[in-house]
Amino acid sequence: MEGDIALGMKYIGAGLACFGMIGAAIGVGNIFGSFLDGALRNPSAASQQTGNLFVGAALAEALGLFAFVVAMLLLFAA
Amino acid sequence: MNQFFGGAAANDPISQFKIKSLLDIDVAGFQLDFTNSTFWMVVGVFLTLAFFGVAASRKALVPSRLQSVGELGYTFIADMIRGISGEEGLKFFPLVFTIFFFILSANLVGMLPFAFTTTSHVAVTATLAVMVISIVIGYGFYKNGLGFLNLFAPPLGDMHPIAKFVLYALLIPIELISFLARPLTLALRLFANMLAGHIILKLFAGFAVMMASAGGLLIFGAVVSFLAGATINALEFLVAFLQAFVFAILTVIYLNDALHPSH
Amino acid sequence: MTAVSYLTAFAADAAAKEPAVFPPLDTWHFPSQIFWTLLLFGLLYFMLSRFILPKLGSTIETRHSTIADNLDEAQRLADEADAGQKALEVRMAEARAKSRETADKARAKIETQINAETAKVDADLATKLDAAEARITHLRDEAMSNVSQIAADATQAITDRFGVKTTTAAASSAVGKALDS
Repeated sequence: MEGDIALGMKYIGAGLACFGMIGAAIGVGNIFGSFLDGALRNPSAASQQTGNLFVGAALAEALGLFAFVVAMLLLFAA
Repeated sequence: MNQFFGGAAANDPISQFKIKSLLDIDVAGFQLDFTNSTFWMVVGVFLTLAFFGVAASRKALVPSRLQSVGELGYTFIADMIRGISGEEGLKFFPLVFTIFFFILSANLVGMLPFAFTTTSHVAVTATLAVMVISIVIGYGFYKNGLGFLNLFAPPLGDMHPIAKFVLYALLIPIELISFLARPLTLALRLFANMLAGHIILKLFAGFAVMMASAGGLLIFGAVVSFLAGATINALEFLVAFLQAFVFAILTVIYLNDALHPSH
Repeated sequence: MTAVSYLTAFAADAAAKEPAVFPPLDTWHFPSQIFWTLLLFGLLYFMLSRFILPKLGSTIETRHSTIADNLDEAQRLADEADAGQKALEVRMAEARAKSRETADKARAKIETQINAETAKVDADLATKLDAAEARITHLRDEAMSNVSQIAADATQAITDRFGVKTTTAAASSAVGKALDS
């Protein structure tokens, strides 16, 4: 019984950890939105910034993946 | 041969990451087994070497397709380093090149069906990240001596001594923590990306199989799941390339700190 | 089995397995992973930096230098062609000036010749004109003296008719008087 409660709590915790991905979603959306914003204003400069765009997107995405790792840790390691 | 292809028959999305020992090797109490992970890492390294070996052996003035792809990789990395830390950074060119293609080959080999993704293991990515940071610290102290510590206390210019003290009291811990977080984020970013990607792929594939075998209206769900899985598969190829690129470019940025510690 | 039950099944399955270790966090393979990663990375680094990258780099370098050399050569040839064209233009200008000079000289020579000829002809004409004029004057004078002779003869004849005898001298003096008045 107590083990079941602990198991349920684990799942709840893993689910809560996934809320961290909201931030990553906002961040990645923000990056691509801002990029399009700037790229439509000055299309000639856009192609030089795609490298920075993807690096920024990867950096923001990684923070969401940290939340995912926490969820995995809760599910399988805790 | 089945021991090479772990997780093929298993249904849950985690067992694809299971490591199986193929050859027991014990050296001085350490268990240095040749595992399925090692096998696929060897495959990736071998393919990289074969590709660039063939590409480099053709010295045509007008390059063939293979040769121009190889040279594209060369100039891609060289331009990236030049753009961030100038000609001076080119002394790290072989290191960055190796890092990029080691990770890229591991990621792409992992995209083969039934293959094992080496970079989805935190031990591998952490080894690479710690190696990079060790090189940054070692080279930083070797080149700048104690001046490398300027990285944590950037010169503030003319300022009231008390204000300076207060700023440094805030700044140094922040810089120190962000520096120490670098290997952690470097390792976790690659690890988590590859892990999450392959779990999601496995989930969608599993859904499709489950729903199709359940039959009835769930067939439509199976189709949707299959299409979503195919889309995610394409995305994973992008991620495989992107994460190798991000790892390499962050390596260059960190090495640039060692080259020019006072920003 | 629906999707949800599938998910819970594998989670419960994973939880139910005795050790239930998340493979990436399973510590037994860490030494092996670290060792092989370092070894294979070192091998790749060694092979790339020692054998492959210098070859690739030299190929690219050769291509760049060849292209640069060829561009230089092309530039040099273009410069040469430009210089040749300039020399040609200079020569053309020279030749044009020379031809103009020759033409001018010829024209001047012809002009002096024409002038001389014209002057000669003019002088010839003038003498001829003078001679003609002299002859005309002479003829006119002669004619005039003939006229007074005829008038005197006519006068003598008329006076003869009227029965007056006049001498030739008187008649001619009278005619001369009348003509002079």
